[in-house]
Amino acid sequence: MSESVARAPGASDAADAQATNLQMDKRIDMFMGMLLRTGVLVAATLVLVGGVVFLARHRVPVTNYRVFQGEPAELRTLGGIFRDAFAWHGRGLIQLGLLLLIATPVARVTFSVGAFFYERDWKYVAVSLLVLALLFCSLFGGHG
Amino acid sequence: MNTLELTGLIGLGSLLAGFLGALTGLGGGVVIVPMLTLLFGVDIRYAIGAALVSVIATSSGAAAAYVRDGYSNIRVGMFLEIATTIGALCGAALALHLRVSSIAIIFGVTLLYSAYASYRQKPHPVENGAPDRIATWLNMDSAFPSENGLETYHVRRVPLGFLIMYVAGLLSGLLGIGSGAVKVLAMDQAMKLPFKVSTTTSNFMIGVTAAASAGIYLSRGYIDPGLAMPVMLGVLTGSLLGARVLAGAKVKTLRIVFSAVIGVLAIEMIYNGFAGKF
Repeated sequence: MSESVARAPGASDAADAQATNLQMDKRIDMFMGMLLRTGVLVAATLVLVGGVVFLARHRVPVTNYRVFQGEPAELRTLGGIFRDAFAWHGRGLIQLGLLLLIATPVARVTFSVGAFFYERDWKYVAVSLLVLALLFCSLFGGHG
Repeated sequence: MNTLELTGLIGLGSLLAGFLGALTGLGGGVVIVPMLTLLFGVDIRYAIGAALVSVIATSSGAAAAYVRDGYSNIRVGMFLEIATTIGALCGAALALHLRVSSIAIIFGVTLLYSAYASYRQKPHPVENGAPDRIATWLNMDSAFPSENGLETYHVRRVPLGFLIMYVAGLLSGLLGIGSGAVKVLAMDQAMKLPFKVSTTTSNFMIGVTAAASAGIYLSRGYIDPGLAMPVMLGVLTGSLLGARVLAGAKVKTLRIVFSAVIGVLAIEMIYNGFAGKF
């Protein structure tokens, strides 16, 4: 860390602790930012490749988005998406990329659990675990 | 028009939306749904699914740039994400049951508020009141880099912020937007965080909130790959370009123009909702 934290002379221990906390938070933030950017890049590449495959094969007729039909099972379940993507179907590949994209914030929260654990900040270990549980509720509890 | 042309046009529109959204700070997500429904005649449920995905892309993609300055408060963000994810889950569940015309009307009203909020928002000085009991217990007070070095601030009214964040999550899950305007309202106005801290922490939270409802949308078949592909790629590219240009741009006029466009779209959404055109 190159920068110095400006502080009034005679600052209390609390301020000291806060500054250390801040530096730590920033390092964690930077790493998370990188992690997220990589995730988004890989996801976007998958979507792009899937898009090329999709457009190369699916020129006509134009898909009708005016009428809502809902996606078929192979494009809305985890197993279905993986099967479709590995069969090298354009739509399956795009959907896998989107799934990865949805996973990036989940990865961020997972990482936060670890980071707060490392800082021995138990309150926030609990908070981020709760957020993580809610995210999993959405990803795996949406059927029914 | 064949699929390739349609995809190209939607991609181009999304690129522009992402670019202007990043430049004005309003986010690209808010104009995607009106663009897809009003211009391309896409069913609002597909449009919301595609917009939600693009919101995650911009939030996660920009995170690295935002945290570099050390503004965001990850404790406040993480704690409030409890409220936004619960809200997002409720919103997504509600979207499955509400009539499409009602969704369109709620969308229009939210758009109007976003346009108004961006027009009105200005940084307020840091108010250094007494420490708040709940915020202290939650270890939320922090500092941010200002002109006078590191400036500390106290976080206030956590329950009120939490409540507004629940609404932000609800709207995000229901409408497929990041609802950054409501998030900033909670942190800036209610919890009295410094403005810069509010906006960057809001961006930090948007991806997690959107992911909570995107899971439900995906498993319910609301996310169509053929449509989400050009929208996600377009908005992502546009917002990255916008963030790059932002440094030297005069955004004041642009922001007013963009707010006006959003206002017109909002009124059209509301009108069409009442006229039953969805």
